[in-house]
Amino acid sequence: MRSYAQLALAGFRRYSNYRQAMFAGLAANVMFGLLRTAVMIAVVGAAPVAGYDVPAAVAYVWLGQGLLAFVQLWGDARLAGRIRTGDVVVDLYRPWHLQAALFAEDVGRAGFSLFVRLVPPVLVGALLFPFQWPEVAAWPLFAVSALLALVVSFGLRFLVNATAFWLLDSRGVESFHVVATSAFCGLGVPLSFFPDWAQDVLWATPFPAIIQAPIDVYLSHDPQWTALGHQLFWAVVLSVAGHLVLQRAVRKVVVQGG
Amino acid sequence: MGDRIYPKLVAARLRGQMSYRVSFALECLGQAFAQAIELVVILVVFSRVDALGGFSASEVVLLYAFAGTAFGIADLVAGQLNELPDYIRTGKFDVLLLRPLGTLPQVMASDVRLRRAGRVAAGIITMAFALTHNDIAWSPWTVLLVVVTPLAGAVIFSAVWIVACAVSFWLVEAQELANAVTHGSNSFTSYPITVYSGWLRRFMAFVVPGAFVAYYPGLALLGRADPLGGPAFLGWIAPLVALAAACVAGLVWRFAVRHYRGTGS
Repeated sequence: MRSYAQLALAGFRRYSNYRQAMFAGLAANVMFGLLRTAVMIAVVGAAPVAGYDVPAAVAYVWLGQGLLAFVQLWGDARLAGRIRTGDVVVDLYRPWHLQAALFAEDVGRAGFSLFVRLVPPVLVGALLFPFQWPEVAAWPLFAVSALLALVVSFGLRFLVNATAFWLLDSRGVESFHVVATSAFCGLGVPLSFFPDWAQDVLWATPFPAIIQAPIDVYLSHDPQWTALGHQLFWAVVLSVAGHLVLQRAVRKVVVQGG
Repeated sequence: MGDRIYPKLVAARLRGQMSYRVSFALECLGQAFAQAIELVVILVVFSRVDALGGFSASEVVLLYAFAGTAFGIADLVAGQLNELPDYIRTGKFDVLLLRPLGTLPQVMASDVRLRRAGRVAAGIITMAFALTHNDIAWSPWTVLLVVVTPLAGAVIFSAVWIVACAVSFWLVEAQELANAVTHGSNSFTSYPITVYSGWLRRFMAFVVPGAFVAYYPGLALLGRADPLGGPAFLGWIAPLVALAAACVAGLVWRFAVRHYRGTGS
């Protein structure tokens, strides 16, 4: 267990080295936040839509802008790259559970981006526009929800990367994953704006757990426990699936001697 | 000599990409879907409201289609510039400087990704839909406008891309900053500029000449007066704006390359 904590710390340190990149990313988040806020205010400015008035819509936009870096919404292909080059053999030899080790590192990364990518955009949004703060009771629930969002996002990313064990070039799957996640997670427009049937379909997938669920918990929309239950369900399902897939993949790996 | 080399380079790249067929097809589709997401957002929003910034659903879809097609073409032509930080960090850029060809076209032809054509295809299909669902007074002039607008828009986006990526010569890790400007101007131009206000509108519409990608040509095509009071000729000067943007981008690139000192490793 201690070694996993060390890995998390290493993940935190690793990302804190790329300060220039972090600030550039933050600037990008803020830029898109400004553009999206303008559109959302144009939508809900005259009358509230589906439970969103202006302060709620502004909070929705900026939380989304912050969370997308926290959960690494645009995916990562590091494991897939190591599978393609064969370096993954070294990772599999080490005395750890590869999935758990990568997750520990991801927690470290997320921990760093909490300070640089999640909190600052939310503060920018709160300073520039009318902003809805959550009820006091919603804070701890939001923390749990954000963590579950990270677990679900990691679970999906791990599975996508693991397809490289079979496909070698997993970039096609990867680009589909990014498109599906960004379309169905509730980043572009709140999922409650969709027609009812589409909402039912979307909430049957894991994607809303990544962005919309934490925002719903924050805004105390709907029964918060439904959102949290949805997240917990997918966190467990995806983690178990990742474990099983890794077990099968390991049997496939061929080490080329030389 | 340069004119013969680029077609050969690009053709070799394209053949290489076609060799992983499944991956290529998936990526092509993925790009088309990526372009369609924003359309879904627009349609979902319009299922809840009747107008956005004074524009109807079919009008906004027209602007979105112009912007998306132009951005798709620019991505195809200039998207390789995203690799520039890698070129600089690894010293590959030094190699480009040694060759008797321009550095900018070399980077742009370095890896033309045909899968990005998926985005262009999605844009053109949406454009065909939007053109048939709006009330347009067809004449040779408006036909010309429809053809020229995405091309001029692509030149404007490419110019933005070049300037944004030239920043890498100073800040090697700031790729996301460039993305903010390029993808940001795509999402800005997909909506009528009346949605935005203040310095954000002034900057994105006129400094980055985003208003000439879709908004002003769209107004001219729809025969609408500018709600912001701009004169009607603004809808017809996108090619001139594109030319000016390209000149500025060329100058910025030259200045940036002269400043280039390598990473010393």
